[in-house]
Amino acid sequence: MGFDQYHEPPEELPAQTRTFARLCTSLTEEAEAIGWYEQRMAVETDGEARAIMHDAQGEEFKHFCMDLEFLLRRTPLWREIAAGILFQEGDIVEHGEEAEEEATEDAAERGAPLSGGDSLGIGSLREVAS
Amino acid sequence: MSHLLREHAPITEGNWELLDSEARERLTPALAARQLVDFSGPHGWQHSATNLGRVKEIGDPPSKGVNAAQRQVLALVELRAPFAIDRSELADADRGAEDANLDALDEAAHAIAVAENAAVFHGWKAAGITGILEASPHDPIELGENCERYPRHVAKAVEALLAAGVAGPYGLALGPETYTRVLETSEHGGYPLLDHLREVVGGPLVWSPGVRGAAVLSLRGGDFLLEAGEDFSIGYEHHDADVVRLYLEESISFRVATPEAAVALT
Repeated sequence: MGFDQYHEPPEELPAQTRTFARLCTSLTEEAEAIGWYEQRMAVETDGEARAIMHDAQGEEFKHFCMDLEFLLRRTPLWREIAAGILFQEGDIVEHGEEAEEEATEDAAERGAPLSGGDSLGIGSLREVAS
Repeated sequence: MSHLLREHAPITEGNWELLDSEARERLTPALAARQLVDFSGPHGWQHSATNLGRVKEIGDPPSKGVNAAQRQVLALVELRAPFAIDRSELADADRGAEDANLDALDEAAHAIAVAENAAVFHGWKAAGITGILEASPHDPIELGENCERYPRHVAKAVEALLAAGVAGPYGLALGPETYTRVLETSEHGGYPLLDHLREVVGGPLVWSPGVRGAAVLSLRGGDFLLEAGEDFSIGYEHHDADVVRLYLEESISFRVATPEAAVALT
């Protein structure tokens, strides 16, 4: 079993960063699985088999979203940028540029940590989307 | 260095991780309000007030022919729960002890979580915070001690919200005594009351230390707004040869945008 989610020696990393790295790896794996199912469904001719893959892909969507939400809760800046891009109509790249600029400027102005910092990173604990 | 002055504390990096992790573990289940209301932030330690979007006219402007109005804001409250940890316990933790005594931190975490919940649900006049339950225009529904009638009472609260045009899903905040009573009760046929109530509200049942009685509130969003300047953090006060004095801190404000989006159960 490998531990290649760590880019730096794990023993030098704080527990918080190790957890963060594990969830980043998990997020990547879920995205890969979503892509694999998409490809399998594209070539599968058996409808019943395709239905199972479709169902399995739905599971991966859920896992991906849970991983992402965890990471966003622990990283206020990432969360703020995501809020400016996700579920918005219009030009994605434009939203991305604007969201990044606003979020980093706002964070700098108010002296908030861009990531990590000394906060316990608890934030919202709500599970039902508003 | 931030105002928390953590770098000045005689605490190793490993022990800061231990303290932060312990605080997070203790706070998370007790922070009922954060499981039920909208949360904005953290906006940073320098964030001092919430914009209310309103103005108050002020008389006697410095020049004739000029009207004046002053912006209304809600100042954030700093909540701080101090605690002391024996340095010998921290030294033991550095040696690998798994059972370092962090009771004082646990108590501080509980106290500050209770304060946040109580301010959100019952208000805090001195801080200018109106609580969810004191803002609600609905008549409180009496819960009583007969648990078998709880689903009926909670359904009545949901009905009151629907009648007021407040959509779900809804959440149920239960004070510790009520929560325990619900947890211990099974209805006829052994069906747990907890599950039945969850079905009635269509959302979570939340253990809510600091809440008296219970409350049903909408989780649709936009009704109850908790704003954090600094989110929970541990800071350093001072130390001597025996103990390190620390504190848990946050800065928050809370507003009720839709008073009719909650019903109190007493």
